[in-house]
Amino acid sequence: MQPFEYQRPQNAQEAVNGVDAAHAKFLAGGTNLIDLMKQQVELPTRLIDIKRLELAKIEEMPGGGLRLGALATNADTAGHTLVRQRYPMLAQAILAGASPQLRNMATNGGNLLQRTRCYYFYDPAYEHCNKRKPGSGCAAIEGFNRIHAILGTSTACIATHPSDMCVALAALGARVRVQGKGGERVIEFADFHRLPGRTPEIDTNLRADELILSIDLPAGPYAAHSAYVKVRDRASYAFALVSAAAALELDNGTIRSARLALGGVAHKPWRSDRAEAMLAGKPASQQSYVVAANAALEGAKPFEHNAFKVEMAKATIVRAFSLAAAGGDKA
Amino acid sequence: MTAIGDPITRVDGHAKVTGKAKYAAEFAVPHLTYAVMVTSTIGSGRILSMGTSDAQHAPGVLTVMTPANAPKLPQGGKAAVHPPAGRVLSLLQDNLVHYNNQPIAVVVAETLNQALYASSLVTVRYQRENPHLNFEGGFATAHPGSHGKDPADKSIGNLEQGMAEGEVKVDQVYTTPLENHNPMEPHVTIAEWEGEKLTLHDATQYISGVKQTVAKSFGIPDENVRVLCPYTGGGFGCKGSTWSHVLLAAMAAKVVQRPVKLVLERPQMFGPVGGRPRTHQHVVLAAKRDGTLTAMQHDVHSHTSEIEDFTEPSSSVTRTLYACPAIKTSQRLVPLSLATPTFQRAPGESTGTFALEIAMDELAYKLNMDPIQLRLKNYAEKDPIENKPFSSKHLRECYEQGAARFGWAKRNPAPRSMKRGHDLIGWGMATATYPANRSSASVNVQFEPNGRVTVTCGSQDLGTGTYTIMAQVAAATLKLPIELVNAELGDSAMPKSPVSGGSQTAASVTPAVQAAAKQAQLALFALAAADKDSLFHEVAPQDLDFENGKVVRKGKSGGEDFKELLARNGNKPIGATASAEPEQDSEQYSKHSFGAVFAEVSVDESLGMPHVQRVVGVYDVGTLLNEKTGKSQLIGGIVWGVSLALHEEAHIDNASGRIVNNNLAEYHVPVNADIGEIEVFALNFPDTKFNPLGARGIGEIGITGAGAAIANAIYHATGKRIRSAPITPDMLLT
Repeated sequence: MQPFEYQRPQNAQEAVNGVDAAHAKFLAGGTNLIDLMKQQVELPTRLIDIKRLELAKIEEMPGGGLRLGALATNADTAGHTLVRQRYPMLAQAILAGASPQLRNMATNGGNLLQRTRCYYFYDPAYEHCNKRKPGSGCAAIEGFNRIHAILGTSTACIATHPSDMCVALAALGARVRVQGKGGERVIEFADFHRLPGRTPEIDTNLRADELILSIDLPAGPYAAHSAYVKVRDRASYAFALVSAAAALELDNGTIRSARLALGGVAHKPWRSDRAEAMLAGKPASQQSYVVAANAALEGAKPFEHNAFKVEMAKATIVRAFSLAAAGGDKA
Repeated sequence: MTAIGDPITRVDGHAKVTGKAKYAAEFAVPHLTYAVMVTSTIGSGRILSMGTSDAQHAPGVLTVMTPANAPKLPQGGKAAVHPPAGRVLSLLQDNLVHYNNQPIAVVVAETLNQALYASSLVTVRYQRENPHLNFEGGFATAHPGSHGKDPADKSIGNLEQGMAEGEVKVDQVYTTPLENHNPMEPHVTIAEWEGEKLTLHDATQYISGVKQTVAKSFGIPDENVRVLCPYTGGGFGCKGSTWSHVLLAAMAAKVVQRPVKLVLERPQMFGPVGGRPRTHQHVVLAAKRDGTLTAMQHDVHSHTSEIEDFTEPSSSVTRTLYACPAIKTSQRLVPLSLATPTFQRAPGESTGTFALEIAMDELAYKLNMDPIQLRLKNYAEKDPIENKPFSSKHLRECYEQGAARFGWAKRNPAPRSMKRGHDLIGWGMATATYPANRSSASVNVQFEPNGRVTVTCGSQDLGTGTYTIMAQVAAATLKLPIELVNAELGDSAMPKSPVSGGSQTAASVTPAVQAAAKQAQLALFALAAADKDSLFHEVAPQDLDFENGKVVRKGKSGGEDFKELLARNGNKPIGATASAEPEQDSEQYSKHSFGAVFAEVSVDESLGMPHVQRVVGVYDVGTLLNEKTGKSQLIGGIVWGVSLALHEEAHIDNASGRIVNNNLAEYHVPVNADIGEIEVFALNFPDTKFNPLGARGIGEIGITGAGAAIANAIYHATGKRIRSAPITPDMLLT
């Protein structure tokens, strides 16, 4: 681990001011950052420990929404009564991720900022990784790419975003409230994470001086009919091969509106507006879900070892909508 | 009173859960320094130069040891290389790179973090060669591979004729991947020189092996090296050999003239300390319509490194499991630019049963015959190739009891005949087998003046329960409660014992415990007979007995506490050291354990996810020395069988030869949520032709057969015959 300076600011403004130095990083749960520092992938020269800032609350917002503090742990969020009542899919998604030990440490803000688990990014022994070493190439495109993306890839990067929680947040249309030196702003979840394009080293649209304050969930009609389904190589402590967060607003067997986001398939949680639009007004039936699933995977471009993800994602979408329609039983 | 077989809780359990049990890395050695290995990032080639200046000048750094400045060892570091387990190591004696992740330098610093940081500053210029990674492409030039006493080729009968007589045939290829052991405790060595004497705290399965290898490699007398390892945090085969880091730690300690601790980083567990090689197994079975096997062929290719041969003897199961007039088996090796593979739990039998026992299931389906009936039809009453009787074999009872306990009679053999919600359900079974191994071992048993008994052996406890069975067998032999017995092991200065590998520790050590306890008892009787103040002065030893800590006259009550006897005689301990060798006539027999394993697997039909719902295993392993620790071993073996079947694989990057998933997040082994109900039973028929306690080893048999039983259950559930491990969701998608 490279030597670094350690600071513990008293409040958010002080924290934001502290990131002035190049290579400063906020430290919260540390479940990903510390790992990456040990791996010599992240090399911050200053750590700004924000863990004790007053950002751990989960509060109701006017109009029925919920504000998830950036420093509330994943475990506390998944276990929160209001989260479970209003956004059961989010609780399911969080519990599908990591392990209890990690969820006890990991924070909501940190979950958004997890870095990819691409092998070639995670191990500096590989020379070619545009995300780790901009301009160095991508070893995954021609390498072992079973866990890589099939949607929204670029010739520079085919990594996936590893989070489960973010898939549910994307489907729910969350907003990310952040504070920079110039004050607060709100980023729509769909605009928070980026596709790799030519700059895969930049994961999100969060500016260097910005700190996540909270993730705000709008009130929605989806609590009764939602589900998160994750397909993985083992029953726990494995990243998604593919996952789907699906929600339905039903009116007597007809879909009034739908939400769909996918995990494990792209550089960001992949919300499918197209599939959502196709489902609106259709009967809540297997046939409708299959049509939506095909639409969601249109344009998918698999690589040597991950062709299976296309059909797996479709099956996962169909299962998630079926479960959602049936009342959102746990997958 | 303690008896053989009692389900005694581990005697070291309390020490372990309270942190008092010290593992190799936990010894506080004064003036300790910390070493970190730098490993290669190319798969093949040569080091042209290394930039060490930044590392050398980083805070706290004491030395950066590279091929340019490392101490020269006798014979280029190869003085101790004697196959099969005297490994060809990477000891910085040359500039060659044979695989990715090969040790190429060692950084020593005052603290671990300083060493880690400095190690990241070392730069290397390579002359790169293309790594050889094409396994199948190497079949044409593969060479024969033997394994211990097992030759590369072993056959009987006329294969051509047997094949021609067969009316039904299975002819398929089965594959298993490269795996890496990854015990919880990584490999670690603390090396400390005092003049020409070297003390090593080493995480190992073989203290006396480490001692010999290290002494020979340095060209110093064996007695100059002492190896200590009171607890091993899991071994599974990778700690059976002395790998490079052990010597590198000792070399570094010589250079810095202080003790050095070297702990492997988790990614370094993927290569420098071995792994299970890939296998490609061609199996042909021919049978008559009634199920009688007429020919069996099992040709195995496995990979090895370019510096050393290691054979995964998968065909061993076809050499022993079924009666058949014509059997042909072969083992071939394909050298690749990968690290040398090694013994991994049931080397051969784990991968071999995966192939043979799926093939038998395929044959049963082709014959429209119950798979147990097929196996009974071809039951081997004697070793089919060696033509020797088995020392003891009760496999038939394993099938019977296993089937009954599992509920096999209710099975409809048609694939896809059972459903539960989204899940298809399947039942499969397979045979388990593992050889019974035993070597010479020595043990000391001593009566202590404080009223306790100490049993000492230079063996190892990998978490398996060696301490417990040593104490248990001593207690049972001396008719003492186990609470009065201390077991000690893990010091090469103690009486010598073999490698804790090949499931042989219990079978080798406990007869020596029994023999030493009896001799120590005789020494005590002699002391009493010579003691004028003893009740038993001048009483002949054959008239004496020992019970509950007292010397007694046979058939009489009363007696004399041994503590008092010792107190009157200088208050010194008295005891004896005894050795036990394999039974003299044991070569007349073929010695194996057997079992039958049954699995229920669900497969989510549209998502492809498999889950092992339950496993029942019934084993014929001779006397079960301790029901609790013994069953624990069998269950642990089955869990690894789940891993072999569904989870475990080291993936290689074809450009660099580096293992991509070199961490425990991406290298999948089962978690608790993957494991359903597991029930194991041991038949407990003593195999006294093998060992006086009748006990065969049980460390490895659990993994055998389990993978095939799961694969067979998946076929029964889905109608999909997958012949390649691990079976992952992508293979089962509809």
